Amino acid sequence: MKILLDERQISEILDTISQEIASDLGSNNNLVIIGIRSRGEILAQRLRQRLSKLLDKEIPCGTLDITLYRDDIHDPQKAIPAQVRTTEIDFDIHQTTVLLVDDVLHTGRSVRAAMDALTDLGRPKAIRLAVLVDRGSRELPIRADYVGIRADVGPNERVQVLLKETDQIEQVIVE
Amino acid sequence: MSQKTDFQWRRKHLIGLRDLSREEIEFILDTARGFEEFSTRSIKKAPALRGKVVVNMFFEDSTRTRNSFTLAASRLSADVIEFTKTSSSVNKGETLIDTARNLEAMGVDIVVIRHSAGGAPHLLSRSIKACVINAGDGFHEHPTQALLDVYTIRQIKGTLEGLKVGIVGDIAHSRVARSNIYALTKLGAEVILIGPSTLMPAQIQKLPVQVSYSLDAVLDKLDVINMLRIQFERLGSNLFPSVREYSHFYGLTVERLQKAKPDILVMHPGPLNRGVEIESEVADGPNSVILRQVSNGLAIRMAVLFLVNQAAVLEAKDFQV
Repeated sequence: MKILLDERQISEILDTISQEIASDLGSNNNLVIIGIRSRGEILAQRLRQRLSKLLDKEIPCGTLDITLYRDDIHDPQKAIPAQVRTTEIDFDIHQTTVLLVDDVLHTGRSVRAAMDALTDLGRPKAIRLAVLVDRGSRELPIRADYVGIRADVGPNERVQVLLKETDQIEQVIVE
Repeated sequence: MSQKTDFQWRRKHLIGLRDLSREEIEFILDTARGFEEFSTRSIKKAPALRGKVVVNMFFEDSTRTRNSFTLAASRLSADVIEFTKTSSSVNKGETLIDTARNLEAMGVDIVVIRHSAGGAPHLLSRSIKACVINAGDGFHEHPTQALLDVYTIRQIKGTLEGLKVGIVGDIAHSRVARSNIYALTKLGAEVILIGPSTLMPAQIQKLPVQVSYSLDAVLDKLDVINMLRIQFERLGSNLFPSVREYSHFYGLTVERLQKAKPDILVMHPGPLNRGVEIESEVADGPNSVILRQVSNGLAIRMAVLFLVNQAAVLEAKDFQV
């Protein structure tokens, strides 16, 4: 096991990403943040706090469950027990700029699922993607607009983002 | 927020709630929460069952349950075949199993069945490979109705634990009551069956419930009251002297409701016999959650369709290993 990021580094990265987002999208009056369950949800909340301070306005924030849109739920080779959980977005995403947030970008399949789920909720003007870790090995033509750290990780290794809210500790590890 | 659990759903059939554990029932309810917001979306559909075929095999009349299953399956992008007894080869003498096998040969993945014979869904589940969901069988069970009932109670009251739930009416001939008794007691509620002794099932002492032959005697203790429909089509004769007398003793009227707790939930599985078991003003009044039950039924049926299919996929995966 290797520690990729510790608590202080995670916090610094979120500060940096927030600055970038604020300068790119800050003037946009229709910015909303949506996190992918479950770690993306927590990161989205943290970005919301930072951006609300930086931009001095409240930014709507919601949570997206992508289970129903995953492409592996019917695949007998790949299927794992999936738990459908709630999508909690209490604002209209029509004509907004959605900042989609996830913890790790890997194959790109979760992001594909998330974009399909979002377009069923409405038609955003634009979708931007922010991730804490980009570990490469993409299987779909998807890239992130805001990346905390790029990690060169072998195919049999697993990147795990551990956050206080769900895991009691705060670090990113490779195992 | 819905909690993540390590529990895995592995049943590809839903025949009755008697067999389910508390954990399984709660997992269905938690899954249904994820489907609740569908009705407010701009596109009320998800691709979770795309390419799957669901057949609604209804050997008995139904509007609510059949439409609810059809809409639930459509919202998950499944293709739905509607099968009714009157317009099928059943009238030419084809047996249940033969009918189902023929449908299966067309590639049906999930069979939703309603039948007047208790046990028909179970028999079917042992004869075909497709998933089977019981939409009501004889006097046996109606699991999705009870699931939507407990879901509605939990949604409003937060928990079933410790609640007193009265089920009023024709308990003996009610699969809704039977499924409700299993679901409610497993989730920690106390069940009081209320009705004339002629409409109580035999061997009622074997069930974990209390019985009252008087509604007025227990009404003020109830947190929830579920008014069953008097099923004129199932009743023989002479189980009670007259509809008017039944109404007088067991009908939920405005006057009677004033003696109940102010926040009592009034439920009814439909269709309503207005003025018989429930007065119109009560059915449409502030304590009534009857239409909420119908909306929640959709979320429950989407959850059940999704889960049985998921279990079938996982079973196929196990066979490959």
